[in-house]
Amino acid sequence: MPESLRDRVAIVGAGCSVFGENWTMSAEDLIVEAAFEAYADAGLDQPQRQLDAVFCGALYPSRGTAEVAESLKLFDLPITLVQNFCATGTDAFRCAAMSIAAGLYDTVLVVGFDKPKDRGVAGPSVMLNTTRGLPMTPAGWFALCAAKYFETYGAGRLELAKIAVKNHANGTLAPKSMLKKLITTDDVLQARIISWPFGLYDCAAQSDGAAALILSRADRARGWRKEPVWLKGVSIMLGPNPQSDPDFDFLGWKPTRSAARDCYRQAGITDPFRQIDIAQVHDCFTLTELLTYEDLGFCARGAARECIDAQVFHLTGELPVNTDGGLKSFGHPTGATGVRMLYENTLQLRGEAGARQVPGATLALSHNIGGAPQACGIVILGRD
Amino acid sequence: MRLPLSLIHAPEQPPSNREKAVAGADEDVVTMAVAAATDCLAGRDPAGIDQLYLASASSFFAEKSTAAVVARALGLRGDVVTVDHGGSLRAGAAALRAAVNAVTAGAARAVLVVASDARTAEPYSAMEADLGDAAVAFVVESDGPLRLESDCAVSRQAFDVWREDGAAALRGWEDRFVVRHGFLEPMVAAWEQWRGASGLTAAAFRHVALHAPDSRSHRELAQQLGFRAEQLVDPLFGRIGNCGNAFAPLLLAQAAGRAQPGERILSGFAGDGAWLLSWVLDRPLARTATLDAQLQRRLVLRSYRQYLQCRGLDSGAADRRSADGISATVSFRDQAADIGFSGVRCQSCGTEQFPPSRVCYRCFARDRLESVSFARRHGTLLSYSKDYFFPSPLPPVVVGVCALGGSARAYLQLADYAGEELRTGLPVEFVCRRIHASGGRPAWYWKSRLLALPEAHDA
Repeated sequence: MPESLRDRVAIVGAGCSVFGENWTMSAEDLIVEAAFEAYADAGLDQPQRQLDAVFCGALYPSRGTAEVAESLKLFDLPITLVQNFCATGTDAFRCAAMSIAAGLYDTVLVVGFDKPKDRGVAGPSVMLNTTRGLPMTPAGWFALCAAKYFETYGAGRLELAKIAVKNHANGTLAPKSMLKKLITTDDVLQARIISWPFGLYDCAAQSDGAAALILSRADRARGWRKEPVWLKGVSIMLGPNPQSDPDFDFLGWKPTRSAARDCYRQAGITDPFRQIDIAQVHDCFTLTELLTYEDLGFCARGAARECIDAQVFHLTGELPVNTDGGLKSFGHPTGATGVRMLYENTLQLRGEAGARQVPGATLALSHNIGGAPQACGIVILGRD
Repeated sequence: MRLPLSLIHAPEQPPSNREKAVAGADEDVVTMAVAAATDCLAGRDPAGIDQLYLASASSFFAEKSTAAVVARALGLRGDVVTVDHGGSLRAGAAALRAAVNAVTAGAARAVLVVASDARTAEPYSAMEADLGDAAVAFVVESDGPLRLESDCAVSRQAFDVWREDGAAALRGWEDRFVVRHGFLEPMVAAWEQWRGASGLTAAAFRHVALHAPDSRSHRELAQQLGFRAEQLVDPLFGRIGNCGNAFAPLLLAQAAGRAQPGERILSGFAGDGAWLLSWVLDRPLARTATLDAQLQRRLVLRSYRQYLQCRGLDSGAADRRSADGISATVSFRDQAADIGFSGVRCQSCGTEQFPPSRVCYRCFARDRLESVSFARRHGTLLSYSKDYFFPSPLPPVVVGVCALGGSARAYLQLADYAGEELRTGLPVEFVCRRIHASGGRPAWYWKSRLLALPEAHDA
């Protein structure tokens, strides 16, 4: 059995920029905002001396590792850029944790960032540099399970709309979220269709943003300003492309299922719905969140509809999901998203999440899935 | 697709049920040729084709073989002889004549002749309503049921209808000049010359398949040559239109399909002169053209602007030719999968997969994969979405994963979608289409198409 990172690494500082269409902010501005908040949170006042390494994650970086080095003036340090689809930020965190567990470093900075709004398009670019796979839009990819799932389990656009309504409501309670707008299921169902079954409100808000974490090795984690938040499990899994996989069932995403198995084993979780207190899951589209409830084992196959109707995943429900509004309304700067989720779970576990605080949370999960989709990252954090 | 002629000048003109056949945004000379040839070769091993002649006056390329692209899409042998006949609307006659010559001389056992033209007039021009797009394919063999008996050609030179290199649309001189000196005079001259040499008379032909610029001149030519109405094959103006090199072959195919053994058929090509060919049906054709079914299955354009967008004539549309386009080296390497729609089958475990790869999806064997073509398969729609984000003259773009008649799957657009109610499990066929021409280089790939119309939706 492979070794686990459980309790060998802790988050001792967390920061996050404002997410949104930050026309007047550069990537440098976003990185500085997030990193300096994390420094202050940890009580780390000499980053050039105290940091041993940096792992950053970005899907659309313009200058690679130099973007972080120059923004933070972190030189003569090992800086690595990680990319892994929408799990980019989560994988940067994982690489940082592994480097600490390997005994190489004591204190490591993780920075996830992206600045997609400098590309001049409202959504993804229309790609014509390929022949197969067009139209190459994430909405089309993530809609692949819709028809089959709806036919098999009877859910439909109304259930998806309820997820969007929930996440918009949560987003109004998060000061740094992009969208602070309460919506109704009618708003969702009447919006223009982007890619059936997804209307405008079924799609996440693509935004600019950055998030940062300070990680420490376990035996030095109590020397910082705040109580450490412990790493209980982390997993990255790649699955086959569902567009060509001969064995794909169109009822859920394989990489989430395999990453969940791995991560639950590390964290000692046998009943995820009872044991996990809050979860930030990848809601790039509303259906992604619905399928993730089942892929993570929060409910049985086909039971997401009942749970949605019973508001199980609301802020006041038994297992609140996307407490800060999720990708849907907090925003989705791809490389930052996984790190933003860890920032939110850190605040929640410390009891610092303000109006959206879930009382008494001790175990928190975060989840990303990206690509066609093929890549999943899951992290479980806990407090003493 | 069909463009109702009333849309061209609406609302100035009274409504009518007349229409013309037009290539959709994802169709062109190549895709129409592939569709016609696939239909023609149904039930036949494409490896038996020795030569491919493609006749077209509307090829995308000034220098590059369209026939070679069609050969790749059809999965013909690597040593197939491909020839492009072009430059004139008589190229179809030249291709048929050359095919008969090759077979007669023993240079080939089977020659596939495909005539394909997409005829684009200046928007709102007088000739626009009479032009159409189509492709027709024949297999020419030494012991074929339809025998070329004799032929006669004359050559003429005039600026009647022409398209200069690089221009999108045809240009024409005044229509009466076009009809008289570009059409009637050479056709009559060829007929007179041939009649003198062969002794054939109008009465010798049971079926007469004549090219013409429009229905009026078609009647006028028939009258001048002495043919009665019942001898004439319907030229289908108001349904298809003058489809260039495919026109006389289309009518010839109709005649051959309904002729009785022993009957004689005249086909007449016009363009920079005229070419008349006399055919005798020795025995019924094993396979006849499926025109009726194709005329029934039609997607009607809802506006003239949609037609202009399909044609790339809409001035408001983004010019995608200026984009980078696909890499020539990538498209060169991927042509078997992209244009030929070939995947692989694992020789260890039998799993079929697409696109081709080196290591098996199921048994992980390396390089035990043999090529398999999915082009002629029927498949199943496993999932779909309707995309309103991707630019298309006829949104939405339906796209989804299809099972390719086995374990292989592919993410394909659904062609010719007309708003049918969709569900998973619907049977589909696969059609070659042009996905885009970014960078000025057309990218051909395959789409799925509903095989049978879904049952009507209960109200």
